[in-house]
Amino acid sequence: MRFALSPEQRDFATSLHDYLTGADTPGATRSWAQGRHEPGRKLLRGLAELGVPALLIDEAHGGLGADPVDLVVAFEALGYHAVPGPLVETAAVAPAVPAAQAWWPALASGEALATVVAPPHVPLALDADIAQVVVDLGAGTLGETTGTEVVGSLDPTRRLFRVPSATPLTGGRAFDLGVLAVAAQLLGAGQWLLDASVAYAKQRSQYGRLIGEYQAIKHLLADVATHLELTRPLVHGAAVTASPQDISAAKVKAGDAAYLAARTALQVHGAIGYTAEHDLGLRLTKVRALTGAWGDGRFHRERVLAR
Amino acid sequence: MDLDIDAESVAFRDEVREWLAAHVPTLPSMDTAEGFAAHREWEAQLADARLSVVSWPREYGGRDASLLQWVLFEEEYYAAGAPGRVSQNGIFMLGPTLFAHGTAEQRDRILPAMARGEQVWAQAWSEPEAGSDIAALRSSAVRTEGGWLLSGQKTWSSRAAFADRAFGLFRTDPGERRHRGLTYFMFDLRAEGVTVRPIPQLDGEPGFAEIFLDQVFVPDADVIGEPGQGWRVAMTTANNERGLSLRSPGRFLAAANRLVDLWRSTGEPAASRDRVADAWIGARAYQLYTFGTVSRLAEGGQLGPESSVNKLFWSHLDLGLHDTALDILGPAAETDRAWVEGYLFSLAGPIYGGTDQIQRNTIAERLLGLPKEARR
Repeated sequence: MRFALSPEQRDFATSLHDYLTGADTPGATRSWAQGRHEPGRKLLRGLAELGVPALLIDEAHGGLGADPVDLVVAFEALGYHAVPGPLVETAAVAPAVPAAQAWWPALASGEALATVVAPPHVPLALDADIAQVVVDLGAGTLGETTGTEVVGSLDPTRRLFRVPSATPLTGGRAFDLGVLAVAAQLLGAGQWLLDASVAYAKQRSQYGRLIGEYQAIKHLLADVATHLELTRPLVHGAAVTASPQDISAAKVKAGDAAYLAARTALQVHGAIGYTAEHDLGLRLTKVRALTGAWGDGRFHRERVLAR
Repeated sequence: MDLDIDAESVAFRDEVREWLAAHVPTLPSMDTAEGFAAHREWEAQLADARLSVVSWPREYGGRDASLLQWVLFEEEYYAAGAPGRVSQNGIFMLGPTLFAHGTAEQRDRILPAMARGEQVWAQAWSEPEAGSDIAALRSSAVRTEGGWLLSGQKTWSSRAAFADRAFGLFRTDPGERRHRGLTYFMFDLRAEGVTVRPIPQLDGEPGFAEIFLDQVFVPDADVIGEPGQGWRVAMTTANNERGLSLRSPGRFLAAANRLVDLWRSTGEPAASRDRVADAWIGARAYQLYTFGTVSRLAEGGQLGPESSVNKLFWSHLDLGLHDTALDILGPAAETDRAWVEGYLFSLAGPIYGGTDQIQRNTIAERLLGLPKEARR
């Protein structure tokens, strides 16, 4: 047993972090929310060069033939930096849908983007206006969008669209890979929220002391750290075992831990964290949206307890 | 990254599983005189099968089991519903301290008897004025011919009501402040000058005790490490107590599975579904976290502030899953011996081995790097 990331996986995470840190990701994300896609598309092409959408596609179709552990390493970094776009759909789900096979080389290279609809858990398709491939996951077929009207989301960076004749779905490997990627994204977002809060607590003074000296702040952040530390092995473990029970456990725990991180981050930052200018907001709304997307707590807890 | 278990470890696990299936007894509480004696017998039986201290070297009764094998052993142990370990304080707190700081003579004299349950150890850690703040302790030891004279009072000493010997820190240099000038001693609970006053716990049984020491002679041979270096020696033990954590994943997953069974057998009440699922998720997270720690330690890593993350998490996991079980049972909970015992035990989790508040300070300062609070 070696339940730890390999040096290659750690290097992959580092290169993603380096790239996303230097690429003005928050600027691209804010543009994306307003429907101006070009900075975001540039960001996604850069991620394609680093291999993100190619991970789960086999080598015969221009991919890397990597495994779900590599996928969660990538999505933890994407969640950390709040990268916009239909990445779960393109990099995690479409590579496991046989009907999308003809598109795999274009998805792997970053030329095409995919989106997915799978009611009741994914009732609307993310970024369907710019995705070349629309997957109806319940039917296992390629679907199509009609209208181009954005349905407003709790998270302004999530641009959602209605898709006709979507077929109901409750499970399957492609769906599970999407859930796993969302869980990893939530874990990454939670880690950013903790890191930002710790950094803020080390520089913000009140009553003549750094707020990080006060136990009231310390204990909140210690709880967040504890839950994130215990979430990571669940997400990694679910990638290894691929069992629906573990994947659902990872989604529930990642949602809860990230939400605790988000609420705590807002409390530690105070009013500055409530502003649209602060990057905290980019995670605050995404975490809450993703907690309900791709199967809510009720659905995944039922799967955890299924015989 | 994998969760595959090597063939040798699988064989070991199978042996443990088979042996436990044939031998696990139901014993009275170890906090009664009768139960304590029965638990001693069980320790001897485990030792005969060379299963009492599997991770120790062979010469001390172990079998050089790897960290992974040890964790697998613990999982099997709890899954089989085997009894709590009356020798726990000795095996998991004093034992590692002796391996790190003891002399060869001390190890030869103490460890084999400990492994067989012939000598059961109590921890003498807290004092009335020194709970979480161990460095504030007042019990003292003064030099005499061939050894030391111990005086003072220890309290909340687990197992002390029936145990044979105890270990703890005493102030040997009254001129030094706080954690300087402390020395780590082992002493006989039946020596002249020792009075043990059992303290009944919530269940009415004397799970811990007060120890009064009046000029109790301890030979030099029972000092661990250098006099005055007791704090440093004790830190090994403190980390091991929190690291005890490492042995627990089997216990929590076994309890979580029993909780799921209980929930099903009572008609899957919707009101408790989320709590039951969360208890299972927490136990599974804890198991995988432990596998991660084992992998890291196998590559030469150290247990640091992660021990506090560990302890904070499992103590609440334990409490949550027992609370949930009692709620599912409703009025029947009051008389359900097994769940009640587990519940009462889980109540102590956020207190012993460093309270929640101490663990959170450690996590915040040592893991997250937040500034220390100004202290007097």
